[in-house]
Amino acid sequence: MALLEVAHVHTFYGDSHILADLSLDVAEGEVVCLLGRNGAGKSTTLKSIVGVAPPRSGRITLRGQELAGLPPFRVAQLGIGYVPEDRRVFPNLTVHENLEVARRTWAHTGGDGATELWTEDVLFDLFPILRERRRQLGGTLSGGEQQMLTIARTLMGNPDILLLDEPSEGLAPLVVEMLREQLGRLKASGLTMVLTEQNIRFVSELGDRVYILEKGAVRYQGSMAEFLADETVRQAYLAV
Amino acid sequence: MELITSLFPWITNGPLIAVQVMSGLSVGMFLFLISVGMSLIFGVTRIVNLAHGSFYMVSAYFMVTLIEVMPERALSFWIALLLAPVGVAILGGVIEVTLLRRIYRRDPMMQLILTFGLILVIGTLVLLVWGPDNKSVPRPDALAGSVRIFGQPFPSYYLLVLGLSPLVAVGLWLVFYRTRWGMLVRAATVDREMLGALGVNVSRLYTQVFVFGSWLAGLGGALAAPTVAVALGMDADVLINAFVVVVIGGLGSFAGSLISALLVGELQSFGILIFPAVSIVLLFAIMAVVLIVRPWGLLGRPEE
Ligand SMILES: Nc1ncnc2c1ncn2[C@@H]1O[C@H](COP(=O)(O)OP(=O)(O)OP(=O)(O)O)[C@@H](O)[C@H]1O
Ligand SMILES: [Mg+2]
Repeated sequence: MALLEVAHVHTFYGDSHILADLSLDVAEGEVVCLLGRNGAGKSTTLKSIVGVAPPRSGRITLRGQELAGLPPFRVAQLGIGYVPEDRRVFPNLTVHENLEVARRTWAHTGGDGATELWTEDVLFDLFPILRERRRQLGGTLSGGEQQMLTIARTLMGNPDILLLDEPSEGLAPLVVEMLREQLGRLKASGLTMVLTEQNIRFVSELGDRVYILEKGAVRYQGSMAEFLADETVRQAYLAV
Repeated sequence: MELITSLFPWITNGPLIAVQVMSGLSVGMFLFLISVGMSLIFGVTRIVNLAHGSFYMVSAYFMVTLIEVMPERALSFWIALLLAPVGVAILGGVIEVTLLRRIYRRDPMMQLILTFGLILVIGTLVLLVWGPDNKSVPRPDALAGSVRIFGQPFPSYYLLVLGLSPLVAVGLWLVFYRTRWGMLVRAATVDREMLGALGVNVSRLYTQVFVFGSWLAGLGGALAAPTVAVALGMDADVLINAFVVVVIGGLGSFAGSLISALLVGELQSFGILIFPAVSIVLLFAIMAVVLIVRPWGLLGRPEE
């Protein structure tokens, strides 16, 4: 059974119909990439899952439990970790405090995330720079450090699945490389992830499966290997 | 120089100045308690709670009644001082859950109308329960007299306020900067949506913040009760002063509230010496200057 299942979701911003009958699923331990041009609906898909942009109709289930209609904090408590595209560290809190506010304080419901895999110490081993910055305010970090902090922060909730919205956006190439290696280690730890990206190189090694979105619906799905081998798909949906 | 000393004869009177500074500090401390609560509530919920002064007034009336009903004279003041702010905190909690919770996403104008409506409702209820006559709260026996400071008489009750104030300020600082709850509050002032996405029940946090802010207003009102006539107009007076303090210090800034409350307290204390009528004008003049130079207040943050 899929860990996360999104079925026939329709999401609106006001009157504009953004997601039109979008369906996808994610299996345990898998890294799924959502690709698509600007405005295709990648971010909206993640926002619909976490309840920030609740769908008007359709089903979203985590291990069979319905998420659609729940407030975002409940969705997070049920095991969905979300790293938004604009990073949003708390600039007035130190690195340590940013992590602390996100620490899981609620009882865990189901899943094998029941053991507290991620603690501040473990996360500092993954992102050593954050240990050095522990007492520094979030707002004083560089873009790359902020991206690492938001990822670490979300992991403090020990989610069963991590949704990352364009993690490489706006980062220097060297930092992107480092981040890719760190996400690789997260994957190796068995963490289930959904990544949206414009940068195919960033996800080509990391991803297991690919969905391509256009105008708020899935236009292509396949394994990463199939996708990489298929030049025409890339031409049709991704080339600018 | 001679002109100055002839206009302001007290300027060479060191002891008088010292006493004036101390009484300014006490006034500033009341203002701090009230404005920090108002500023905290605004920082998190983005609601300017005009009824904040009403909470302060209700607490003073609670003091009147609590002290009346308690037979034990020696302890009654202290017990009332503990209970009255708790009563106000409960009132605040009820108001948040039943009314304010519904309007967080509304137009700020609607929010102002609602909290203004609360001023009228609470004012009327107080009139119905306690009647139109002024009340007074006796100072506790131990602090009823005055002490001499540099030869000048100084009401000993104000010593309590002066002693308590650093404790309260440090206590608040510890709450905001050394507890997880304080972290959540500070995070909520910048990005509620993100905090919610991290699994924090933000609407419950709003209620807690509102209760805490109301408790602070209640503490201010309870402490101030023996220093003023407990009367119906208290709410408006204190609201205006708290508002000025919050605007000067910066909405949502803890340190800003402290500094500006002490500043305003001293200003009032010395304003009375210099030229009583001018002190209120001076207050608004300073607020206007701050608003022009730093619209977000001394230590506030500009809105994005
Ligand atoms: N708050 C909003 N209100 C109205 N329309 C919006 C809003 N946010 C996004 N949209 C529209 O929804 C569509 C999908 O946006 P979305 O952000 O999901 O795209 P995306 O695939 O993440 O794009 P990008 O690669 O630029 O991040 C776009 O047409 C966008 O203009
Ligand atoms: Mg996007």
